Amino acid sequence: MFPRPIQTASPGAQALYRVALPVSLVIWLLPLVAIFLTSARTAQDLAAGNYWGWPHGSHLIGNYEAVFTSSPMGRYLLNSVMITLPAVAATLALSTLAGFGLAKFRFPGNTLVLAIFIAGNFVPFQILMIPVRDLMIHVFPLYNTIWALVVFHAAFQTGFCTLFMRNFMRELPDSLIEAARMDGAGEFSVFSLIVLPLIRPALAALAVLEFTFIWNDYFWALVLVQSDSARPITAGLQALQGMWLASWQLMSAGAIVAAAPSVAIFFLMQRHFISGLTLGAVKE
Amino acid sequence: MSTTVQAAPRRTRHAGSLAPLAFIAPAALFFAVFVLWPIADSIWVSLHDWDGVHPMRWVGIGNYVELFTDDVFWTALVNNIWWLLAYMLAPIGGLAIALFLNQNVLGMRLYKSLFFFPFVLSQVVVGLVFSWFFNGDFGLLNLGLRAIGLHGVSLLGDANWSTPATIVAGLWPQTAYCMILYLTGLTAVNGEVVEAARMDGARGWGMFWNIILPQLRPATFIAVVVSVVGALRSFDLVSIMTRGGPYDSSAVLAYYMYEQTFLSFRYGYGAAIAVVLFAIMDVYIAFFLVTMLRRERR
Amino acid sequence: MSARLGSLSSTVAVAAASALLAAMLATAGPAKADSITVNSDQSDPQPKAAIQEAVHRFEAANPGTQVTLNTYDHESYKQSIRNWLTSEPPDVVLWYTGTRLRQFVQPGLLADVSAIWTAPMKQAFGTTAVDLVTDGGKQYAVPYTQYQWGLYLRSDILRKAGVGPVKTFDDLLGACDKLNAAGVAPIALGSKDLWPTAAWFDYLDLRINGYASHMQLMSGKVPYTDAKVHAVFAHWKQLLDHKCFNANHTELSMQESQSVMYQGRAGMMLMGNFITANFSPEMQKVMVFEPFPTVTAGVARAEDAPMDSVAIPQGAHNKAGAMKFLAFMMQPDIQAMINAGEKQIPANSQAKLIDDPYLIAGRSLLAATPDHSQFFDRDTNEALATLAMKGFQEFMVQPQRLDRILAGIDRARLRIYANTN
Repeated sequence: MFPRPIQTASPGAQALYRVALPVSLVIWLLPLVAIFLTSARTAQDLAAGNYWGWPHGSHLIGNYEAVFTSSPMGRYLLNSVMITLPAVAATLALSTLAGFGLAKFRFPGNTLVLAIFIAGNFVPFQILMIPVRDLMIHVFPLYNTIWALVVFHAAFQTGFCTLFMRNFMRELPDSLIEAARMDGAGEFSVFSLIVLPLIRPALAALAVLEFTFIWNDYFWALVLVQSDSARPITAGLQALQGMWLASWQLMSAGAIVAAAPSVAIFFLMQRHFISGLTLGAVKE
Repeated sequence: MSTTVQAAPRRTRHAGSLAPLAFIAPAALFFAVFVLWPIADSIWVSLHDWDGVHPMRWVGIGNYVELFTDDVFWTALVNNIWWLLAYMLAPIGGLAIALFLNQNVLGMRLYKSLFFFPFVLSQVVVGLVFSWFFNGDFGLLNLGLRAIGLHGVSLLGDANWSTPATIVAGLWPQTAYCMILYLTGLTAVNGEVVEAARMDGARGWGMFWNIILPQLRPATFIAVVVSVVGALRSFDLVSIMTRGGPYDSSAVLAYYMYEQTFLSFRYGYGAAIAVVLFAIMDVYIAFFLVTMLRRERR
Repeated sequence: MSARLGSLSSTVAVAAASALLAAMLATAGPAKADSITVNSDQSDPQPKAAIQEAVHRFEAANPGTQVTLNTYDHESYKQSIRNWLTSEPPDVVLWYTGTRLRQFVQPGLLADVSAIWTAPMKQAFGTTAVDLVTDGGKQYAVPYTQYQWGLYLRSDILRKAGVGPVKTFDDLLGACDKLNAAGVAPIALGSKDLWPTAAWFDYLDLRINGYASHMQLMSGKVPYTDAKVHAVFAHWKQLLDHKCFNANHTELSMQESQSVMYQGRAGMMLMGNFITANFSPEMQKVMVFEPFPTVTAGVARAEDAPMDSVAIPQGAHNKAGAMKFLAFMMQPDIQAMINAGEKQIPANSQAKLIDDPYLIAGRSLLAATPDHSQFFDRDTNEALATLAMKGFQEFMVQPQRLDRILAGIDRARLRIYANTN
């Protein structure tokens, strides 16, 4: 183990370590602590310039209530859910199929197709912006609906997910697949009966990762939707920035509300999340 | 991006079957329509003068020539380079925190999660959190600075500080990401090799440099890869925290492109900026693909 | 178990993919002949409700006609109206007047609505309003609302600091000195939003060089390196020298700068009348409106007074219905109702105004002033406006860079107006 286990260090060093841990955590999360504290402030305190002094009463619940009653925050949250869930489902479907095609078949251009998926996954969003927006306006009438975001995220995230799935599936023993084929199973049966059950850990990891990626998207929400009826929480928060900038207690509460779902998903599904994120960090 | 391509196992089916096509076609179709074609179309648009109202007017490389003399473009490009360089602190910082946390003490799992979770926050939230933290009037940072007798500064309103302050906000989740990569990497460090090196008298820095770091190479590779991507996708934080200001001092190419397209209605010029950004990214994509394909063959 | 789940997932996969394709192929149904679609940028709660009410009244007055009202966020509306006008337009759009309107008239994107502009109507709206929707002798829109710009002052703070009436530029400089001495930032400004700086440019130019010269500059006919422009910045520099603006203005948005004033840390603001919607009851007692002071004596006064309108896209499906809607929007009682909700000034001078001291002051100011500029970012090309407003902000922080800033703006002017002049 590296570094040396702290238990082997001198008692003084051990004590120091135990103090350093919480102190460093507080420093690390200080910006977040600040916004959390502000979200409990009363408007009167802030108006009087009392930002960090002893609070005159707490307004924690009131502020969070106000976030939902004085703004379309509830609508934004719902939109985010309605965008994220179908987009994750669609991108998993597309990339699982494609990953199987690339992992278990040999055909000319296999590597090229894979390379294109990988390269596409890296392109800057800005090079896609004008044409994708035009497509959603003129070709598919999806502009300013949640479907514009669902379709685009599903398509774009396919690049990363296909690579992920393909790598995972290549580890599956070929003998299993061969045996099924010997029994006369068609390719789709092989995929659904043999492969899918085996890749459930990968699906879980990818689903959690993609949930956060898509939930947290801001750029495309800005480009592809523009009314409250379709706006996800990230773009909604930005829209509220204009309205609330002078009321930081609401802005803070709004930010925390916006962050809560992906943070909750992370803490609930931590194992899947980290295994997805760190795949490849140990193997070469 | 966090996966690399592993050594090739045997493949089971041969050319001629339509099956792989059927599996790949749906994804390929979506990808072609919403990723590949738009790249080509952006390049086409970048050769025109277009405000979205009048017909497109062909200007050839005119937009690119103009970029060359556009001060803001150069500011944004230089800022992009700063972002790239500064983001290399994320792997370093992430490794430092990972080493700090790689211990078996009570509650360590929770510590690791809490150190990591800024990464799962949306950049919009990160931007707001740091805007508040850096606020020149009453931000917590300035409160601290004043408490120790220093002058308060409005970081985001100062042309010299706006870019560094925005980068710091970006480094926060990025470092958390690198930390988790290294923590995973450290669990896989070969204990026997470490013990053997200890027997040979390897200590501290020498041990770290000669024994540990080489074993962390896969983690380092991915940490650098994701940090480069993160640095070039700096749009969100700039948009939330400074909108490129004051007077373009914190502009980056991604933001300048957006601004030229949607605030100045110069679609062709915006597309040209995007193409430049894409070209920069291409260098890096090529590097990644070559590395990947080399491993594929090994 | 696992096999069942497996096939389930693959069914879901196929279903999801086909649902996506189906959604992509779905198209919006064509508009019915007796229905009209109205796109609106009035997204704040009260203006939105006012427009909705106008739509309801129109439907009640025209049984059988159905109106679909789509409301969009103000900023993104500016982007997407271009897409509608050039592809699938609605029947009615809410939009601006003056340069921003003509910009769509000239490529033939808006329909001629001169037919509803009868002589009595023109009289009711007055020549200023009619001119703002006229291009080449024809009318292309119906104005429905307007608001004034000017100084909003904390009378209590000014009184305490010993500041008298601010009628001239020298009064303003004197007020800055006194307020600074009292430890208050004289003028609150939020230049992070850029456009608040443009109000200062507009008003100094209007008060020093006059309306005609200002509009020449806005239409790209005068270089930004002209002596007249330098005169504007020379005055602006005096304001900087007297430390008239809050020091951290680059960090503040317009909203944040307002709260500086409400907290009593600044004495006044140059702003549009929409700011009054944010006054608390205590603020209403102390906030007073004052037109922008005279700078050069003898220059005819003009005001920044943006006016919004309703127009018909050339490609509208139901132009007859749209014309009926526009004619309806001209009516004094409808304009009175909408502006009561928006807390603004009706464009039709026969429409009643609500009892609001700031609006009453605004209407009499505007009635006495024939020339209404529409604000910098509406009067000039958008690309030039964006660039110039950043230049204004930079000047306020680094005034010694003025020549370089103006040269940069002028390069952009030459490029942008190269094809039109």
